Amino acid sequence: MKRFLIPLGIFIVLVGFLAIGLKLDPREVPSPLIGKPAPDFKLALLSDPAKHLSPADLRGKVWLFNVWASWCASCREEHELMLELSKQGVVPIYAMDYKDQPGDAQAVLNRYGNPYVETVVDLDGRVGINYGVYGVPETYLIDRNGIIRFKLTGPLTPENLDKKILPLVKELQQ
Amino acid sequence: MRLWMIVLALWLPFVAMANEAKPVAEDPVTEQRMIKLSENLRCLVCQNESLAGSRAELAQDLRQEIREQMRAGKSDEQVVDYLTQRYGDFVLYKPPVKPLTWLLWFGPFALLIGAVGGLYAYIKRRGNRPVDEPLSEEEKKRVAALLGNNGNKS
Repeated sequence: MKRFLIPLGIFIVLVGFLAIGLKLDPREVPSPLIGKPAPDFKLALLSDPAKHLSPADLRGKVWLFNVWASWCASCREEHELMLELSKQGVVPIYAMDYKDQPGDAQAVLNRYGNPYVETVVDLDGRVGINYGVYGVPETYLIDRNGIIRFKLTGPLTPENLDKKILPLVKELQQ
Repeated sequence: MRLWMIVLALWLPFVAMANEAKPVAEDPVTEQRMIKLSENLRCLVCQNESLAGSRAELAQDLRQEIREQMRAGKSDEQVVDYLTQRYGDFVLYKPPVKPLTWLLWFGPFALLIGAVGGLYAYIKRRGNRPVDEPLSEEEKKRVAALLGNNGNKS
């Protein structure tokens, strides 16, 4: 009896590892930028290309930085929730239009509503590379001192908003 | 005349091919260096492809970035550092040895040593078993009983 317990034990441990492995999402790459200052940029605004915005302008604020594009389908998915979040007024959402035609992006905002305080335009994706963007949409939470505290890869959902982002926003705003 | 036409017809595909194979970059040395480096880097969009082989748009952008940095005189290590600062060790097909990756690097060897040790102990235990010892009277009786008393009563 005892000699069967050892293989059985090994089997159970193996099944445990495989079960955990199944649940892990290989697309979720941990960002090395968490806890580091948000990379600097100075980009033109979508609403007015003559004006520019950089992270330094937002010092003293806790803000969300949403990277999206008009060609990205899952960005449309999270759009409704972004609008809702911006209406609540808990945290300002700034956005970066990533490798996109500014006209197309403006058309999306005109048609579906604009949840963003401002949108900056990253035409060639250079700033995107500095932020480690590899699949839009991505959302960063940046604190008062300009430090990245959280990064979400993929669309915003009610679940990750309520469980992760909003509690962290509250904590950082205190 | 006819022969000429055949030769010309046969020649045509080569001409067409020659037009297609344009030089990859103005600077073949940098291009070679870039490809060699990016073969060891992972594309983040198509994760089973190397940065050298991927056609994903981000991979193209990153290759361009690597080219430019190399032209600017950066060393291979500096370029890799640039990428890991942004995308983490995940981009490296050969992850660095550090406490977080010790299990990854040394786990298989630990497992091998453990398995060899286990095998050695097992063999040793088996080897100690008495083989040549003659059967005792009690055992002989049991053998006879099991074999069904084929005449040979002792």
